[in-house]
Amino acid sequence: MTAPALEFKGVGHAYDGVPVLSEIDLAIAPAEVLSLVGPSGCGKSTLLRLAAGLEPLSNGSIQIAGQLVSGKGVQVPPEDRRLGFVFQDIALFPHLTVTENVAFGLRRIGVPVRRQRVLAALEQLDLAGFADAYPHTLSGGQQQRVALARALAPDPKLMLLDEPFSGLDARLRDRLRDETLDLLKAGGVAAMIVTHDPEEAMRMGDRLAVMSEGRIVQCGTPSELYRHPASAFVAGFLGEVERFVGRVDRGSIVTPLGAVPAPGLAEGCAALALIRPEGVVLEAASAAGLPRAHVVDARLLGRTSLIRFWLDGLPTPLHSRMPGDFLPEPGAAVSVRLDCRRAHVFPLESVPVSADAAASPQPPGPDPG
Amino acid sequence: MAESFLPGADSVGKAGGALPAHRRFRADLWTLGPLVLAGIIALPVLAVLAQLFLPTGEVWRHLAETVLTRYIVNSLLLGAGVGVGTAILGVTSAWLVTFYRFPGSRLWEWTLLLPLTMPAYVIAYTYTGLLDFAGPVQTWLREAFGWTREDYWLPPVRSLPGAIAMLTLVLYPYVYMLARASFLSQSVCVIEASRTLGLGPWRTFLSVTLPLARPGIIVGVSLALMETLNDFGTVSHFAVDTFTTGIYRTWFGMGEPVAAAQLGATLLIFVAALLLIERRSRGAARYHHTTGRYRTLPTRRLSGAAGLFAAAACLLPVGLGFLLPVAVLGKWAIETWTSTIDARFFQFAGNSFILAAISAGVSVTIALILAYAQRRRPTPLVVLAVRLAGMGYAVPGAVIAVGVLLAFGAFDSFIDGWVRSTFGSSTGLIVTGSSAGLIFAYSVRFLAIPVSAVEAGFARVTASMDGAARTLGERPGGVLRRVHAPLLAGSALTAGLLLFVDVMKELPATLILRPFNFDTLAIRAYQMASDERLRDAAAPGLLIVLVGIAPVILLSRAIARSRPGQMRE
Repeated sequence: MTAPALEFKGVGHAYDGVPVLSEIDLAIAPAEVLSLVGPSGCGKSTLLRLAAGLEPLSNGSIQIAGQLVSGKGVQVPPEDRRLGFVFQDIALFPHLTVTENVAFGLRRIGVPVRRQRVLAALEQLDLAGFADAYPHTLSGGQQQRVALARALAPDPKLMLLDEPFSGLDARLRDRLRDETLDLLKAGGVAAMIVTHDPEEAMRMGDRLAVMSEGRIVQCGTPSELYRHPASAFVAGFLGEVERFVGRVDRGSIVTPLGAVPAPGLAEGCAALALIRPEGVVLEAASAAGLPRAHVVDARLLGRTSLIRFWLDGLPTPLHSRMPGDFLPEPGAAVSVRLDCRRAHVFPLESVPVSADAAASPQPPGPDPG
Repeated sequence: MAESFLPGADSVGKAGGALPAHRRFRADLWTLGPLVLAGIIALPVLAVLAQLFLPTGEVWRHLAETVLTRYIVNSLLLGAGVGVGTAILGVTSAWLVTFYRFPGSRLWEWTLLLPLTMPAYVIAYTYTGLLDFAGPVQTWLREAFGWTREDYWLPPVRSLPGAIAMLTLVLYPYVYMLARASFLSQSVCVIEASRTLGLGPWRTFLSVTLPLARPGIIVGVSLALMETLNDFGTVSHFAVDTFTTGIYRTWFGMGEPVAAAQLGATLLIFVAALLLIERRSRGAARYHHTTGRYRTLPTRRLSGAAGLFAAAACLLPVGLGFLLPVAVLGKWAIETWTSTIDARFFQFAGNSFILAAISAGVSVTIALILAYAQRRRPTPLVVLAVRLAGMGYAVPGAVIAVGVLLAFGAFDSFIDGWVRSTFGSSTGLIVTGSSAGLIFAYSVRFLAIPVSAVEAGFARVTASMDGAARTLGERPGGVLRRVHAPLLAGSALTAGLLLFVDVMKELPATLILRPFNFDTLAIRAYQMASDERLRDAAAPGLLIVLVGIAPVILLSRAIARSRPGQMRE
């Protein structure tokens, strides 16, 4: 079995005594792309900088391809780690042309080979026409391409990308994401991509590591995390949810939308039910035994439509995400069916629950996206 | 933050466990260095201030009773006049050039800076020679109209109003420069918002553009006033008694160093007030940018009479502050070249150039060390040290010179005495008796130029660039060579050039500190003018002006580039 491309063992870190990372254990397999995702300030960029050696490690150890690079009295400087790093602020050298920027890391290679490598890198990223341009004359997307080409040119086996697409507009971002992923996969390069955007993380990562407050709270494939979140935080971070608080009654939590099974939770225990809008299925015809609701409005968002509806007795409207052709008129009466595969229940310790059995909605938290 | 990969902190862990102590020592060196440097640089000013606590009794009372009031009143009147004058000339020209297109407006953009090359004393000598009784203007009036001395009256050049006029003509570019930079940095959106809210162009200028530029204008006027307080040559030639002439006379005429230093300390109160105003306005100027969106500023075309009027408004300061005096200087220099351009002239020029070059090199090196220390670890102490080291631009050259004499005079005598008693030979005065003291004084006075330039240069080198270079396999030394050096070279060179020219122009500190029989171009011009040989002062004066033109061109290009969005760098 080959050693992981990058492995953190018990990594902890503090800035001036303030802990920012604790007990990080994480391994990236060769040629695997891992997305490190979490709200801003959770320590994900620090983890990336520690891996690159741009930051001295306080606790634990880091190995690259089975070799100890940080920890236990060892601190291999960044230039000896043979990895590629793409910075959030792009950080092209303004005094060098595109070609010179890309060739920066190829100093130790003979001139003819170097020229070939630079040309190939420029070719790959559609930059051949800008070889002699200076960075400030390029658009944001082109600059980001140069940064990618520069990091990839020395042919690293490990790439670290720090919010690489955050400065770009949506359409460009999508294109560059795909191109980057293709390049990484084609070269068999292992990569760790830091992002605060869950959609980007799921789109790019073979696996996702979700971070919160300096810890990795869950790690797995995008579908594992989306379908089986380990905590309310992960569920809420990876997508929109409606939140309801209640007590476990006969193995499930009763929400205004219907009962959600709460396997493994003790009877009477306080719990939080999270329901994704796509788990809330609206039906035009009234069906017996289903809650009734009135449509506030319905918007087409491309593939799906987002419907806001009003459920009797609730203070705020709820959301449903339906396939795009379902667009009821405002005011239309609908019935609500709950798809329990899109609902998750987590035990709740600290939130007081009123005595009555029916779960009450919880005001939505700040949007994690 | 990311200090670990900056050069100097390299390959920390290769040696293994001894790392923390090692790092702490390095950090201390980089904190201590700037503090020591700043301390040495502050020494002259501290020496002057320390004299406040020494008793002088008779001399000070005598000064206070006789001349002190005159110094204060003259300085205040001079300051008020120059302040109003530079504000009017500077803001008007900046406004015209920035918001209107008219005949020659592109040309005026940078020619308006040219008077900056003209030392105040040189322009003062020129106008004195031009307008006094024997000068060409009065001679022509007499010959053309057959007048005699009693038939006409012209305001005397050598007077307080004359000094105000001279200083205004050469100092307004400070206001022009900063007002223009403020206008250029304003967002079009703010101006357009005002227009859509129903204000006409004129009222928009008065209620939006001008107030937004006010901090910049105040900074410019403050700088002009600092230069006014620093001026020695003009007021001395015009016999307008101010602090600088008083300090010089008290030290060299009356032989009273303590009283001279106390005059200097009093002058520092005025300086401190200006410095406070300037600093606060600089802070305000930074917060006056409300949006980050910029587009090319709209300019209106002025044609016909309005265009000619605008062109004339720009020609007036450029013509009177540069073209006319340069023409006169050139004419005089040609007329007198057989007697003035001799071997000694080249020696003066050589002295000036060598002093200027060494001072530029020393100052830029100090600035690089300070800025590097600040970039590595911007602790409050280091930042304070760097700020302190850059304060000299506000302190008049005469005060710095007196401070250098006080601070190093004792040191020199001590070394000399010790060597004499130990080895039986004399070292002479190693600092104050050689050009070392002069170079030190120049570095103190002008250090702000390279410090701010190098800081601005470093702002372009982001921490990520260091990181990028390191992850691309470059060692710290290589990062310094391949990334930092090329990115800083431009600003360091520009700063060196500006400093070079300022040293060439400097008069009061040079006059006080120059070694015996060591004359520069500035000294030569001063001596000729003091001997009423104004035409013989033209050649050295003209050379100083001509050398000064190169950095002005650089400066004007830097301003044009400074507008965000206009041309990205």
